[in-house]
Amino acid sequence: MSAGNEAAGFGTARGVDTTVLGENEIILNMGPQHPSTHGVLRIKLRLDGERVVDSECIIGYLHRGVEKIAEHRSYPQFAPYVDRMDYVAAVSNGLGYCEAVEKLLGAEAPPRARVVRTILAELQRIASHLLWLGTHALDIGALTPIFYSMREREEILKIFEKYCGARLTTHAFRIGGLQYETYDTFEYDVKRFCEALAARIDEYETLLTENRIWVGRTKGVGVLSADDAIALGVTGPVLRASGVQWDLRKAQPYAAYEQYQFEVPTRENGDAYDRYLVRIAEMRQSRLIVLQAVEQIPEGPIMARIGKVLKPPPGEVYHSIEGPKGELGYYIVSDGTIQPYRVRVRPPSFFNLQAFHRMARGAMVADVVAIIGSIDIVLGEVDR
Amino acid sequence: MVKRGGNDEDPPEKRPGDESVPDASSGASNVLQFPTSLKKVEPEAAAEAAKPARRVPGSAPAREAPPAPAPFDNELVQRLRARFGDAIGEVTIDRKQVIVIVDASHVREIALACRDDEKFEMLVDVTAVDWPRRERRFDIVWNLYSLTKNERLRLKAHVTVGATVPSVTSVWVGANWPERECFDLFGIVFEGHPDLRRILLPEEWQGHPLRKDYDILKQDTEWVREHLGIESGQ
Repeated sequence: MSAGNEAAGFGTARGVDTTVLGENEIILNMGPQHPSTHGVLRIKLRLDGERVVDSECIIGYLHRGVEKIAEHRSYPQFAPYVDRMDYVAAVSNGLGYCEAVEKLLGAEAPPRARVVRTILAELQRIASHLLWLGTHALDIGALTPIFYSMREREEILKIFEKYCGARLTTHAFRIGGLQYETYDTFEYDVKRFCEALAARIDEYETLLTENRIWVGRTKGVGVLSADDAIALGVTGPVLRASGVQWDLRKAQPYAAYEQYQFEVPTRENGDAYDRYLVRIAEMRQSRLIVLQAVEQIPEGPIMARIGKVLKPPPGEVYHSIEGPKGELGYYIVSDGTIQPYRVRVRPPSFFNLQAFHRMARGAMVADVVAIIGSIDIVLGEVDR
Repeated sequence: MVKRGGNDEDPPEKRPGDESVPDASSGASNVLQFPTSLKKVEPEAAAEAAKPARRVPGSAPAREAPPAPAPFDNELVQRLRARFGDAIGEVTIDRKQVIVIVDASHVREIALACRDDEKFEMLVDVTAVDWPRRERRFDIVWNLYSLTKNERLRLKAHVTVGATVPSVTSVWVGANWPERECFDLFGIVFEGHPDLRRILLPEEWQGHPLRKDYDILKQDTEWVREHLGIESGQ
């Protein structure tokens, strides 16, 4: 069977053939309730001894028909739904959606709103990476990091809570800008958090970066070459760990990113260890962006004048942002009414998870957990 | 918001899909008008309004909105036209984004040319839009991105219900899942796809939910009763 798959080219997973097994082969079903699958992902593995011969991701357990719901809501009514897709990075989802609708309307958020959006989106990236770091380390067997990373994430969630009243599904932005002004000590809170964060990231690194077990469990695991990553549509930290220096914040800047200095960290090996290093470096860069942004938040209005009833002129738009997990795109078609005619969400996790089949082939069964963790998926977004 | 003419009239609330579905079960159109609080249905205005949104292929939307889609031409388009002739249809620009209408049957060759010669290395997304009033009902949309040029390109093909579209999995392996999703939710058959199965919904599910004639409250009640042991809608 594997010969057939070879002929069809890599990555074109055909589903695991369970009919004829070799002498040492078994079919192992992992999930959908396995703790390391971060939600409800089911993976069918065909194993030869401990080696993965073939694999198939079975998704859809969390499918809620979000794109269908969108066609029956007005533009602002749909905004809270996008928070429930990548629910550990709701701010980023909201940013992408609001900007896409603004583009469709031909409107633009005022400078103050854009800077505040940038700050919150970068804090959200840090929070998302922190949660990933903790759970990924936990999957592999390092118990300590999650306590520390949750501690820092809590500070970010507190800032969100003070800003908009919600911690997870924030609905922080509105189409055209922001609903809320920043609260009194916003700048102080953000600065204080960022100042503390640098040392905290160092602390995580002392726990993991040169830890022999960590390196042994992640180095050379789940390798994805740059060419494969591009062909598979993989984006975000996974792509950058494979050596492609591409980040939408630089390539096609949105919000207020063009005003700030930051680097796009990349690595060459494309394994789980490099993905870890890329995300750690990204947190440091996000911290720098937030510090630059919070230094000068321009005065002015926080909402553009877009009218009370949003009726974008007929047409379509594709807008994407660099979410914590990769390119998060919204393709919205308007027919001139108050409801979108079609909303297509291009979720980064969906495309990144597709590369699992490629990464897992030939891996040991114990490494499957490390590979899933290193992709950083959220099933709410994969299944929508 | 950008100012538009005709804003004082009653808003065109009627959506093009609503009344056009040939075989929609009775009562379906009532349920479709979900956010009732914002809707005022005036039959006449609605009937008129259904027109501009209809979008016959070959004519730009009739609304006079400022960023209206306009014909577009550049060297890339000329190269594609020279190579593929009639397979390249109308090329428009909408909100600064280029849309190339292509002939569905030639999409694999066009995709290959886009990838290798025009350096659109990445297939960002494959999706579809349903326009039930149109004869060629579905728009299949391929969103491409060029890492080299930092440009985006959107290919679009109009296809009829039973038609098959060539799969681009041989060009970008990453087309596998999004094409499966299109098949699952729209019922579009991609020819040459290695593994065209449902991806989000259960294998035995009946119907394709993102079609406009699939009512939002409707679901495969049989399946739900059999597998979940509850009455549909609970």
